[in-house]
This record gives sequence, structure tokens and C-alpha cells, in this order.
Amino acid sequence: MSSKNAILWEKTKAFLLKNTMVIALVVVYLFFVIRSEGRMFLPQNINNLIMQNSYVVILAVGMLLCILTGGNIDLSVGATVCLVGAIAGVLMVNLGWNIYLVMIICLLAGVAIGVWQGFWIAYVRIPPFIVTLAGMLLFRGLAQAILGGTTISGFSDAYLSIFNNYVTIPLLDSGAVKYSSIIFGVICCAIFIVATVWTNLSKKRKGYVTEKPASLYSRIVLLCAIVMLLMYKLSLYKGVPYILLWLIGIVAIYTYITAKTTFGRHFYALGGNEKATKLSGINTNRIYFSAYVNVSFLSALAALVVSARFTSANPAAGTNYELDAIGSCFIGGASAYGGIGKVSGVVVGAVLMGVLNLGMNIIGVDSNFQKVVKGLVLLVAVIFDVVSKRRAVKSFT
Amino acid sequence: MSDHILEMRHITKEFPGVKALDDVSLEVRRGEIHALVGENGAGKSTLMNVLSGIYPYGSYEGEIIYNGKPCHFQKIRDSEKAGIVIIHQELALVPYLSIAENMFLGNERGSSVNINWNETYAKADELLDVVGLRESSHTLIKDLGIGKQQMVEIAKALSKNVQLLILDEPTASLNEGDSMKLLNLLKEFKKQGVTSIIISHKLNEIAYVADQITIIRDGAVIETLDMAEQAVDESRIIRGMVGRELTSRFPQRESRVQDEVVLEVEHWSVQHALYSDLTVVDDVSFKLKKGEVVGIAGLMGAGRTEFAMSIFGKSYGNDIRGTLKLHGKEVVLNNERDAIKHGLAYVTEDRKGNGLILSNPIRVNTTLARLDKVSHHHVLDLDLEYKVACQMKEKLGVKSPTVEQDVGNLSGGNQQKVLLAKWMFAEPDIMILDEPTRGIDVGAKYEIYCIINDLVAAGKSVIMISSEMPEVLGMCDRIYVMSQGQIVGEMDAKSATQERIMSSILSVNKGA
Repeated sequence: MSSKNAILWEKTKAFLLKNTMVIALVVVYLFFVIRSEGRMFLPQNINNLIMQNSYVVILAVGMLLCILTGGNIDLSVGATVCLVGAIAGVLMVNLGWNIYLVMIICLLAGVAIGVWQGFWIAYVRIPPFIVTLAGMLLFRGLAQAILGGTTISGFSDAYLSIFNNYVTIPLLDSGAVKYSSIIFGVICCAIFIVATVWTNLSKKRKGYVTEKPASLYSRIVLLCAIVMLLMYKLSLYKGVPYILLWLIGIVAIYTYITAKTTFGRHFYALGGNEKATKLSGINTNRIYFSAYVNVSFLSALAALVVSARFTSANPAAGTNYELDAIGSCFIGGASAYGGIGKVSGVVVGAVLMGVLNLGMNIIGVDSNFQKVVKGLVLLVAVIFDVVSKRRAVKSFT
Repeated sequence: MSDHILEMRHITKEFPGVKALDDVSLEVRRGEIHALVGENGAGKSTLMNVLSGIYPYGSYEGEIIYNGKPCHFQKIRDSEKAGIVIIHQELALVPYLSIAENMFLGNERGSSVNINWNETYAKADELLDVVGLRESSHTLIKDLGIGKQQMVEIAKALSKNVQLLILDEPTASLNEGDSMKLLNLLKEFKKQGVTSIIISHKLNEIAYVADQITIIRDGAVIETLDMAEQAVDESRIIRGMVGRELTSRFPQRESRVQDEVVLEVEHWSVQHALYSDLTVVDDVSFKLKKGEVVGIAGLMGAGRTEFAMSIFGKSYGNDIRGTLKLHGKEVVLNNERDAIKHGLAYVTEDRKGNGLILSNPIRVNTTLARLDKVSHHHVLDLDLEYKVACQMKEKLGVKSPTVEQDVGNLSGGNQQKVLLAKWMFAEPDIMILDEPTRGIDVGAKYEIYCIINDLVAAGKSVIMISSEMPEVLGMCDRIYVMSQGQIVGEMDAKSATQERIMSSILSVNKGA
């Protein structure tokens, strides 16, 4: 009997350890719901949560690949957001170029920034901290020079609508409740259920170890319930924001890359043991290089999102964004030593950061004190990672 | 009744699965130079680590009597306070600090908040004078050659009021002149009453300086020879070092050697990766036939690993010269990827450091060198990967519940099997095994020998680098002996003996 209890306790402990951050997210969210007397749970605030934190998710996904290579970070993402935003503002508003052409130019500018930094980091082996610290000054300086210290506003509606609008289907969404949102939720759940069950069945058919049905089905039910609740809330406001579709797309693509491609595998291997990876015939320089090209590319995408959201390009845009992105990764379970971390975890981390931001705003925490809280949360997350890792290393020997 | 500065009594030290020292007793007389000799892994360094407190009191059995009193050293500091200083084979100097700063590192002159630099440099100059090193104490360590660095280490030991100086292979990387200087310095110290324990493979040097020689083999003391009582020559020492019976620790094997030469290296030279004036592989020529197991015997630091890695896509070294022929055709392998494509595999001696990713499961480690085999257009087929990982695990008998187990949680023997699985999965024609059985138990060793035999039976060729001579003799068809970067002997396994190998290793050191 007692051994049964012990096994149960071990299982619970493993479950808690594996899902610490999800549980933390739920606890923090409920805390703010209670403290704000339910305002945190209003449809409008749920919508705000998505709109305000879209850039964090995008940047954090890029940052994750850098961190995977060995705990390396990119300090320049905020400055890159500012610079690319400035380029967009000048070309679109001041010069009136075609918006799609400008968007492509902006993304290419991001890639160029990444090539610049990646080259020094990967092939000359300058420490990433130094290169990106230099980039942080360099790109913000350039941005401010381009903007001349002023804010450019007046982006065309055609541009803003790409990121800021909501899915509206005529007839269906003309009333107070946007039914398209609920339909979207149902479709998402259906795809998720079919995909999960199908992979599980195919695994079973091929005779591989499968997840226990109980945990499989409870996971499906839980996730679908969350998705439907979210969509229901959004349907009471303006429906599904376009930016959510962008985020789902980015997260899906990067989840696939990290989990299912050889390219993604190389990142984990590099962070786990660089020498072993190199001796396995993998070009480690190229992995470093692509990590930094990628993060700058995503920063450029985030710049478009941010400039559309603020309907302007301003010299202070992107300030401290790197900290949000780095924080999301570590809170989301990425290892400070590299080699460990998942896109799904990073999304949880980013949402937790977002909930903290929004929740503290709603209940009126002083903005200085907000920084204190975020700083402590980040530190605690990394301490947690390092200490649990140390324990694991001890069990190795 | 002689005066013993040190008595180590019945020391037994165990590591998980290995008894490194088994009831070892050692007596060192005051004011003598005492030499410890034995093969790699015999337990010399472990014994010295026990003495100096690197393995704290309580982690071993037995007792240490030093200056007539039992000692319970918890850390190096404790033993240093008592006047025991150990100088390791790898020098522990900080390259970008000056000689004086290094000498008093952790032992600074003045108070901890106010270092007295004048005293530091004056004292350092004094000590440099004692060891006969004509350098300013302001010189940075990085600007010194390895021989002079060794002298700085000794001066550093002197600064700690050393009574018992332990040197672990002090002359391994020194040239003849520097070695001579160092040995004479030890004799000088002896006159001043400093006792030394020296670990060395260079028997001629030992014969030159030692008063007593203790021979250690397989974690036990074989004998202690007193140079004053009997004439001891090198062959006498060698017999003591290797005098072990070959038992049936190896599976039955028959030669599978075919005539085709699969790998041929000519005039291969490699410079050290950091010190490019140091030649680590010197004009080596080498042949490997299909189905053959060729051993490279030698001591640690002989240049074997450097040779193997430089062949494997230039993964080690600078300024690599020489020609490499695979199946009779000359090729240039510029990186590891090229090497793998050409059917080479290098199974590293350092499985934790550069072989495996400990934080990843068996499955991921197994396929890492050949992800293309489990992917289509760079998209991984995780089901297929799982399947092949299971197959390799079965084939090599890795003991683990599933292939999702992190490699870091496996025992050394099982980790080694995963590493072999990884490279067998790469399907090479030529497999270079660098110390494939280091640090694993006898049972796992036997299994790995069986795997090697299976490999050659399947028409592969194997290069086995090993410091364990019985293993080389028991497993190989042909043996090269390497020493100081050169091939110093080539022999058929049938005619080879441990004595022959050892004397060809030592023959190079003779001139020193």
C-alpha cells in the first residue's frame, strides 16, 4: 500500500515538474482574475492579451533557436525592431512605396542584419553577447538617425489591416456575437483531435510505445476546452484577430522545424555537446549562423506587427523587447546552457509574461514596480532550471 | 630503522564498478627520490590523489601517516599546509597572468584586501633563482615554453614550503635538455632535505634519479626495488610492470584479413592545435587492410589520438601534411562530414566530452551522425528513427528500458555501446576506436570485443587505439607502436609480447 502511494507520489512529482510553468501560468492568471474582480477575464482583455503580446511570441521563438545553441542570447532584437520599423515608416509613409514591396524589403533588411551578426558570431567566433550588444547600439542609432528623432505616423489602412483587423464573415458576424470565431475554434479542435488520434493509432499499428489512453484523452479534452473558451470569449468581442492567425502560423512552422526536421535536431545537438556534434559531421558554424539570421528575420516580422499596432514608427519602439523575449524562453523551460527547450514551452512563457504585464496594468501596479516583478520572475525561472539541472548532473555520476 | 616521512597503509579506493587501488602500501624515506612506475591506469595517479586530498579522507580505506602522524586531508589545501605539493601532468597555470601572480595564486603575499606586489615579485624572483629559471617574474606564462612553465610550477611548490614534492610525469612534454635540468634540480632538492615522489614512464630517467622504485600494476603494489641494494636495469622494471598472464578475457577470433588495402597513410605529420611549433604526429606511415584489426599501442600522449583525429576530416591539429589513400585512391578530407561520407568513423576516447550528448536520449544519439538515413528532404521520420534506435540497442545489448532514456543516466559500459551504435549506424568501412574499453567493467569489455569481431567478420576494418597492452595483443592482427608522435615499431600480433611493445616504446626515450 505504501509503495503504491510512493509510486503515485513519484508520478505526481514528475507531472508537476514537467508542467511547472503551465501550472504557474494558471495560478498567476487566476490571481489576477480575482484581484481584478473578473476584469482580467473580460473578452476585451483576452483580446488585448493577444494583441499586446504578439511581438513577444514572435521574438521569443527566434530567441529560442539562439538559446538552444548553448545559452546564447541576442540582445539586439529590440533595436532591430526599431530599425526595421523606421525603414517601413520612411518607405511606406514618406516615400509612399507599395506596401507589399516594402514589407519584403523590411524582411530582407532583417535577414541582412542577421547575416551581419551571424557572420561575426559563427565564423569569426566573436562572443554573441558582444556582437549583439554592439548591434543593440548600432541598429538603434541607425533607426534614430533615419527617423531624425521624430515619429512617423500615417500608415495606410491597407497596411494596418493586415495585422490589426479581425476575421469577419458577412452575415455570420454582423450581430453582437461573432460566430466565425466559434466555428474557427471548432475547426482547430477538430484538426487537433484528428491529428493526435491518428498519430497515436499509426504508432499503435507499427507497434511503438503509445501514450496511455487516459492521459491522451484528458490532454485532448483539456486543450480543446481551453481553445473553445478562448474562442467563445473572442466571439463576444470582435472575433478572431488576424494577428492570432499569424501567431498560429509561426508557432506551427517553428514547432515543426524544431521537432521534425534534421535542421532543428542540429540545434539541440549543438547545445547539448558542440564537440560531439562537430565530430558527427555537422557544420556547427552554419547552425550558429542560421540561428542569428533567423532571429533577425523574425525581429523584422515583429517590427511590422509592432509598427502596425502602434500605427507609427518611433525612435523608442522595441525598447526592452529583448528582455521580454529572453525571459519568455527561460520561463518557458529553455535551458540556460542550451540544448533544451521547446517552442510550446516558449509560448507558455510568453503568455505568462503577457499575463503579468496585462494583469499588473489592470490592477494598477506602479510601472516601476512592474519591472521589479518581471525581473524576479525571470531570475526565479533560471534558478529553477539551473538547480534542477545540477541535481540531474549529480545523478549522472 | 630508517626515518619515513610518509607511510601509506592498506589504501583501498573504489570507483563505481572498478577497484582502482587494492590494499596498497607505500613507504617513502625522508630525503629520497621515490619513483612510481606502472602502466596507464595502474593506479599511480589515483594513489597520489588520495595522498594529496583530492579524494578526501573517508572516500578511501586505509591510513596515511605523514611525519609520524595520521593525516585526514579533506582537500588539497590541507595537504599543502602540511607541506605536500603535487604537480600534475597538465600544468595548472593561468596563461595571461605573470609568473609571480601564478606562483602566489591563492596564497597571495600581504593581506587579502591589500596584496603586497613588491614582496610578491621579489619573492618570486628569489624562487626563480633557486630553480635556475632566468626570467623576470613579470613575464606572462603564455610567453614561456612548456619546459619553463614546468619550472614555474616547481618554484610555486617551493613557495608553499614544500617538504614532499609529487611530480606526475613531469618530463612527459619536455625535451631532453629541459628534462635533464629538471632531474638535476630534484637531486639538488634532495640535498636540501626535500623528499620527492616522481611518476614517470621514462625508465632511464628513473634509473638516473631514483633511490627507490615502487612498481604498481592493476591497483596493487608489485614490489619496491631499492637502487642501493641491487642493480636494477630497465628490463627488470619492465618485467615488473607487465608481468601479467593473458587470460581468456578475449573472445575466440580468427583472422579475417583480406589482401585489399583500404587505408594507407604516408608521411603524415601534424602540428599541435595550439602550439604550432610542437609536432605531435611525426612522419607516420600506416596501412590498414580489409577485415583487419590494427592496434596502435603506446602510452598516453604518444600522439595516437591526434593521429586518428587528423585522419578523420582534420578534426585535430594544424598544418597537416602527408597523403591519405582510401581504397588506393588519394583523397583529401577537409571536414568530419567528408570523412563520414568516405566511410570513416572515429569513436572518441572521451565519450562524455566529445562523443555523446548526455542530455539527449539514446534515440537521438544513435542517429546523429547519419540523420539523412532517417529523414526525407530533411524532414525526420521519428517513427523510423525510433525503430532503428531500438534495433541498434538490441544488436549491441544496451541495457536500458527504452531508447528514450537520456544517455547521461546510463553506466559507462552502456554509454560506450551507444557510442558504438551511433557509429555502426553510420555504416563506415573503417572504424577508428580510440580506447574503446576505457573505464568500463570486464563484462562490458568482453561484449565490446565481440562487437569488434563481428565488425571485421562483416568486412569492415578496425583501427584500435589502446593503452592496455593485453587488449591490443588479444584483439589485433597487427600492431603499430607509437611513441612521441612516431611509429616506433610494427609487429605481427602473433609474435608480439608486452615486453616487446614496452621496450620499443621506451627505446625512443633512451637518448634523454
